[in-house]
Amino acid sequence: MAGKKKYKRKKIKGSLSTRITSVCIYLFVGLVAVLAVLPFLYVFGGSFATERELAQRPFLIIPREFSLNAYKFILEDGRILNGLKNTVIVTVIGTAIAMVFSTTFAYPLSKKEFQGRNLILNMVIITMVFSGGMIPTFLLVKNLKMLDSFAALTVPGAISAFNMVIIKNFFEGVPKELEEATVMDGGSDFTVFARIVLPLSKPVLASMGLFYAVGFWNDYFSCMLYINDTSKQTAQLILRSIVLLAQGFDLLGSRMDFGVAGAPPEQAVKLASTVVTVLPILIVYPFVQKFFTKGVMIGAVKG
Amino acid sequence: MEQTKVKRRKKEKEYIPRVPFGKYVRRHWILYLMILPGCIYFLIFKYIPMGGLMIAFQDYSPFAGFLQSPFVGWKHFRNFFIGSDFFMLLRNTLAISFLNLLFYFPMPVIMALLLNEVMHLKYKNLVQTMVYVPHFISFVVVASITYTLLNEGTGIINLIVQAFTGHTVPFLSGKQYFRGIILIQNIWKETGWGMIVFLAALAGVDMELYEAARVDGAGRWQQMWHITLPAIKGTIIIMLILRVGSLLNTGYEQIYLMANSLNRSVAEVFDTYVYRIGVTNGQYSFSTAVGMFKGIVGCIMVMGTNWLAKKCGESGIY
Repeated sequence: MAGKKKYKRKKIKGSLSTRITSVCIYLFVGLVAVLAVLPFLYVFGGSFATERELAQRPFLIIPREFSLNAYKFILEDGRILNGLKNTVIVTVIGTAIAMVFSTTFAYPLSKKEFQGRNLILNMVIITMVFSGGMIPTFLLVKNLKMLDSFAALTVPGAISAFNMVIIKNFFEGVPKELEEATVMDGGSDFTVFARIVLPLSKPVLASMGLFYAVGFWNDYFSCMLYINDTSKQTAQLILRSIVLLAQGFDLLGSRMDFGVAGAPPEQAVKLASTVVTVLPILIVYPFVQKFFTKGVMIGAVKG
Repeated sequence: MEQTKVKRRKKEKEYIPRVPFGKYVRRHWILYLMILPGCIYFLIFKYIPMGGLMIAFQDYSPFAGFLQSPFVGWKHFRNFFIGSDFFMLLRNTLAISFLNLLFYFPMPVIMALLLNEVMHLKYKNLVQTMVYVPHFISFVVVASITYTLLNEGTGIINLIVQAFTGHTVPFLSGKQYFRGIILIQNIWKETGWGMIVFLAALAGVDMELYEAARVDGAGRWQQMWHITLPAIKGTIIIMLILRVGSLLNTGYEQIYLMANSLNRSVAEVFDTYVYRIGVTNGQYSFSTAVGMFKGIVGCIMVMGTNWLAKKCGESGIY
C-alpha cells in the first residue's frame, strides 16, 4: 500500500504543465460529480423553504427560514404516503418473486449436462430480442383479470432474461467438486442448490436483487398501464400526477394550522413529494453501491 | 447473448456423457421441478403475447375475443404506412437516437479517460459514487426535477434567463427545446453509469506499459493516445455497435413524461404512440401492428449489429 502511494505521488509531480493539467482534470471531474448531485440538493433544500424565501431567493440549497410545513402537508394529504406504501409492497413482493423465479430457473441451466438446456436457453434468448410488445401483454394481463392488482406490477416482470443469464453464468463458476461432494453425502439437487450454490453466490444475488428492487421501485409505466384505482397507485405515478400533470394540492382550502410560516408554497410541496419518493433510494444507495458496480462487472467481464 | 454463444462453443469441446433422457429426468426430477415455474412464466408472459400479435391482422374487439374477431390481413399495416404518422414517428425516433449517439455516447468515454488520470483513490471513489447516483433515480423524479427547474413562472433556469434577457423561455411547451431537454436528461442520468464498462476495460491495462512509455519520454497525452485509448478501443466499438442496434429503442418512458399536447409533433415515438393509440384510445389492432413493425425491425437491427459486434469482438476483449 505504502509503495503504491509513493509511486502515485511521483506521477503527480513533474513539470509545471503536467501539474496544471492534473489540477484541471481533478477540478473538472469534481465539477461533473457536483453537477450530478446538485439537482437533488436543490430539491431537498427547496422542500424546506417558505413562500417568502422562495420568492426572494429562488435558488437555495440551505434555506434560511426552515419550515417543515410542506412535509406536514403531504402527511395530512396522505396521497403520496399511500403511494409509497404501495411501492414498498410491490418492491418487496416483486423482488422476492423475481429472485425465487430467477435463481431456481438459472440453476438447472447452469448445469452443462442438463438435458433440454439448449432448448430452454434458446427460448429465453428469443425473448431478449423479440417480444409481443405492449398491447398484447396488456391484453393478456387484462384477460388474466390482473388489472388493478399488485400482481400486474410484479408477476409480468418476474424474470429479467438479462439478470437470469448473469446469475446462471455465476452459478457455472461454482466449483463442481463441492456439488459432487454434497451429492456423495446423499444430498439431492435441491440441497446442493440451497446449501452450496446459493450461499456461494451471495455477491451476484445481492447485485441482482438490488437491480430488481430498483426496477420495481422506479417503475411507473406498468402502473400507468395496469392500475386505474388511485388507492393502488404507486408513488411514482402519484408523483407524476402531482408534479407533471399539475394535479396539485388545494393548499388554501387546507384547514391545517401552519403557524407563523404560513401555508407552504405549492412549489415546496411538489419538491417535498419528490424528496420522499427518491429519498429511500438515496439513503440506501451509498451502502449498496459496491454491489451495483460489482453486478455490472460480473455481467460485462464474464463470458 | 454473446456470452451464451461463447459458452456453447466451449461446450462443444468438452465431453459430456449422454444419459438417456428418461433416465436423466428420473434421476434429476428436482431440477425439472425447479425450472418449471420459470418455463411457465416465459410461456405465459412472453410467448402468449407473441401469439397475441395476430390481432395486428384482425379487427380485434374485446367482446369478440382473439378467435372470433374478423381477419383483415395487412389492413392496419397499410394504413400505418400510408398515413403521415409513420414518417413523424420515424423522424422523431431517429432524431432523438442520433442526438444521443452524437452527444451522449462520447461522454462516458471522455469521463472514464479523465477519471483514469485521477490517481488519488479516495477522490476517485467519491467522484464515482456521486456520478452513479442519477442512474438509480426514476424517470418520474428526473422529469419532476426538470419541471421544477424549467418552469416558466418559478423555475430557476427561467429566472436566470429572465435576469439576463428580460423575458422567459417556454422550455416545457416549446417544440424546439424538447429534444435538447431529453438529451440533457439522458447525459445527466447515464454518463456516470455508462462509464463503468470503460473503467473496467481500463483497469485491465498493464501498468508497466505506462512505466515503459514514461521511460521513453511519452507525455500524458501521448500515453493516453497510444496506451489508454487502444486499450478501450474494442469496448468503444462494441458499445457503439450495440447502440446502433437499438436505435429504434429510444427510452419511451422518459419521453412519455416530457411529452405534452404542445410538443407532441416532435415528442411522439413508436412506443408512446402505441400506448396512446392502443391503451388510451382503445385501437388495439392498429397499435399492435405499429408495435409489431417496430419490434421486427428492431429485432433485425439488434441481431445484425450483434453479429457485427461478435465479428469485431473476437479479436477484441470479449
